[in-house]
Amino acid sequence: MQKVYTNILQIAGDVIVVEAEGVGYSEIAEVTTQRGVSLAQVIRLEGRRVYLQVFAGSKGISTGDKVRFLGHPMRIASGDNLLGRIFNGSGTPLDRGPALSENVVDIGGPPVNPTKRIIPNKIIRTGIPMIDVFNSLVESQKLPIFSIAGEPYNDLLARIAIQAEIDVIILGGMGLKYDDFLFFRDILQEQGSLSRSVFFIHTAADPTVECLLVPDISLAVAEQFALKGKRVLVLLTDMTNFCDALKEISITMEQVPSNRGYPGDLYSQLAARYEKAVDFDTAGSITILAATTMPGDDVTHPVPDNTGYITEGQFYLKGRIIEPFGSLSRLKQQVNGKTRPDHRTIMDTMIQLFANYREALEKQSMGFQMSPWDKKLLKYGKLFENHMMSLEANIPLEKALDLGWELLAECFTPEETGIKKSIIEQYWPGHAHGKD
Amino acid sequence: MATKRTGRITKISGNMVTAAFDTFAVQNEVAYIIHGQERLKSEVIRIRGNLAEMQVYESTIGLKIKEEVEFTDELLSVELGPGLLGQIFDGLENPLPLIAEKHGFFLTRGIYLKPLADESQWEFTPLAKAGDIVRPSDKLGFVTEKIFKHYIMAPFYLHGASEVVSIAASGNYNLTHPVARLKDASGKIQEVFLKQAWPVKIPIQAYAEKLKPQQPLVTKMRLIDSLFPVAKGGTYCIPGPFGAGKTVLQQLTSRHAEVDIVVIAACGERAGEVVETLKTFPAIIDPKTGRPLSDRTVIICNTSSMPVAARESSVYTAVTIAEYYRQMGLHVLLLADSTSRWAQAMREMSGRLEEIPGEEAFPAYLESRIASFYERAGAVRLYDGSAGSVTIGGTVSPAGGNFEEPVTQATLKVVGAFHGLSRERSDARRYPAIDPLISWSKYKSFIDETQMKRGHAILRKSHDVAQMMKVIGEEGTSLADFVDYLKGEFFDFVYLQQNAFDPVDEATPRERQKHIFNFIYQIIEAELVFQDKEDARQFFQKLRQQFRSWNSATWESPEFAQLEKETAGLIATQRKPYT
Repeated sequence: MQKVYTNILQIAGDVIVVEAEGVGYSEIAEVTTQRGVSLAQVIRLEGRRVYLQVFAGSKGISTGDKVRFLGHPMRIASGDNLLGRIFNGSGTPLDRGPALSENVVDIGGPPVNPTKRIIPNKIIRTGIPMIDVFNSLVESQKLPIFSIAGEPYNDLLARIAIQAEIDVIILGGMGLKYDDFLFFRDILQEQGSLSRSVFFIHTAADPTVECLLVPDISLAVAEQFALKGKRVLVLLTDMTNFCDALKEISITMEQVPSNRGYPGDLYSQLAARYEKAVDFDTAGSITILAATTMPGDDVTHPVPDNTGYITEGQFYLKGRIIEPFGSLSRLKQQVNGKTRPDHRTIMDTMIQLFANYREALEKQSMGFQMSPWDKKLLKYGKLFENHMMSLEANIPLEKALDLGWELLAECFTPEETGIKKSIIEQYWPGHAHGKD
Repeated sequence: MATKRTGRITKISGNMVTAAFDTFAVQNEVAYIIHGQERLKSEVIRIRGNLAEMQVYESTIGLKIKEEVEFTDELLSVELGPGLLGQIFDGLENPLPLIAEKHGFFLTRGIYLKPLADESQWEFTPLAKAGDIVRPSDKLGFVTEKIFKHYIMAPFYLHGASEVVSIAASGNYNLTHPVARLKDASGKIQEVFLKQAWPVKIPIQAYAEKLKPQQPLVTKMRLIDSLFPVAKGGTYCIPGPFGAGKTVLQQLTSRHAEVDIVVIAACGERAGEVVETLKTFPAIIDPKTGRPLSDRTVIICNTSSMPVAARESSVYTAVTIAEYYRQMGLHVLLLADSTSRWAQAMREMSGRLEEIPGEEAFPAYLESRIASFYERAGAVRLYDGSAGSVTIGGTVSPAGGNFEEPVTQATLKVVGAFHGLSRERSDARRYPAIDPLISWSKYKSFIDETQMKRGHAILRKSHDVAQMMKVIGEEGTSLADFVDYLKGEFFDFVYLQQNAFDPVDEATPRERQKHIFNFIYQIIEAELVFQDKEDARQFFQKLRQQFRSWNSATWESPEFAQLEKETAGLIATQRKPYT
């Protein structure tokens, strides 16, 4: 017995106020208008006044339209039947397949008990040296790609998804261009990964607010797979659109904005989603890769800034390369001690020398005399950029480490690298056992 | 028995619920929202007319208007007693391992378990006897908790002196068995148990006097101990942009700091970081005690996806537990990561209360709240003459890495040391990324003051020369200046930077720091002769490599002595010959 209410008192922005009783906080309602039916969610209760954010937007809603409360929070079907399927931002099929109603779960469920997590310990190999060697990706990591519009972040996401050894791929698209959606669909199909993927797509043409549900739906489905022991990779692109939708709603609700119009709880909102990344004790895992576009390439913008405090590092995509400075995988230490004994040495040394190279480059551009040391650095830097940094490079980790030693030996004497003697003796090309 | 005071929900907005009450309500009292079978804990934070506004420590999904609220008359409190050490609690002192055992992977709302197991047995030894006159916090007896004598004290809430009427004999007791009875001035009898409760937002002040923090707290981090020291009972803060290594620094400190007990408040940060601490600590043996690190650690963990209101209470829960152990004459270190998340929780609540916002929408009382939190640190002399301390180290996560923001500024006003992390240092992989040019400390180091000043001076000089070189180039710099630049860089590389993945280098004890600092001081002071800049650069590169190996050599081992000799020899070759 779901009662229908028709007395809409207020329509402002995408929020409507209706007079009703017995409604639960966060409950879902259906708003029926001339244009069709839209889902809406309760975001405030005040006496008999119920505030609803309407996912399809408030355009064309009349004060006499019908609001029907469903009596439960937002839910989504889960399970293997979803594999290979494509849905919109509120879980309605976009692929002409049947609507699903099995194993329905509430979205935005409770947080994981920290004591039931385990320390992440499995590397995800991508074949990209800038990731594998310098900032290894780890199963259950949450990691955004910071970039400006126009960078190939979606290509990078797709490439990692295809190459990574995981069981299920979930793509949550927010404000995704239709071309990009087709790109994801086609490339996953070509590589035979579509049958282990689920898409939740909100395109740039859809009402902004509708993308608010995408991360929660994607992660709720991911969580169900992970609890069944599956290793799940969730791609969320682009989270900045999600934050902008949050901003829109909070301004409509007359909340005091904290920074550039974003609500004060932006951090908590983002954390609630990103923290769903988990490696369960005795079950599967969720790894989250997200795209965060930075307006004006400004990392101190509230969205990348709050994101950076939540995620376990970030990849900076700039000028079609993963920038070594600023990019960071916080979990790399969990795995790069177990790959090969020289992994950390190569990682630290090459980056420190590359930093010196950048300094030398700066000096050169200002017209200063280049010392012999500077010249060595310049040679090294060019080699590094060409062989290691290119996103086209696709080599296994071990090959990349060998390549690292070769580049170092080509440019420097062992002392100049500052590497400990014991490691030099073992790995320096042409040294010790390599010589005889 | 008074009747239950109740109210009815009239408004729900996020985690703030307003209820209309019939009789009266108490500011900051705990109230429960009755939602079907669930009872959701909340705290009254504002009262207007007959409306009580409450922050709910749980998700408010599904709550309805007109649902019942029960008021309890009690302020938000924690249980204090044996069994806290080694535990992992959420912000409301619920034991997380036990919740996992009973309820599985998720933190379902409305589940509250007793922080301390009532049925646990402890061997009690009385110290007081019938007829004794005791003050609040006076020791009545003790039990042994891990490696500590856990004193059972007269309740802190007593007023003035009480007389011990009876006290239990030596033996095993559980937490609900009274071990003593006290009679206060008015003749009222109070029963004393092995545990007692205390409201978290009120400091425990049952001591004779607060002392000036003077003894250095050794963290075994060279950059901190030698240049920007922390004192037992002092306060310090670590602001830094994301990715600069705040949390790693806190983790290293929690492992190596020379204190009795470490309380870790993981407040609104990543769950993964807490997991690392709670899974590794039981396996790491503390060299000082020979026991696992978890035996001296209490973790309060309210990670970023857990309810926001409980994040606010988690720092108070942590500091109350720290104060409790201080009352036993122990030295406690509280590490709060991150205080910005706590401040943000206040901001969220303030927004829901529709208070007039201050800077960046933080409430106007932000500064006073931060100040009164840090003021709960301190070295104290207890009534029996023994000393204890609570040291607070808080990280700050400034928006955009900009230290001008309100939380950083409010914190800097009240702390005794500032360890500012910089993006430039962390990008250059110079860890710990504490920037020596902006950091400061008001406490005294164990390093000789002249030497320390020289250390600071060479870093500044080196920085100035580096800046100058950017303008006039290397060729325009004099050899003497260039050597100073190299000396500063060398000092930074081999002393300030520490490799957290090298078992020896990650923690440098006090004696070793003194020894090495003195050695480097000699190098900084030495007049070294070089043919040209390239010659100088090569020399320092060699010296740096030599030092790297030396830093990984065990203190006072033959290898250590050998490397010291080699290094000294290397330097002798470049010294200005005596004429």
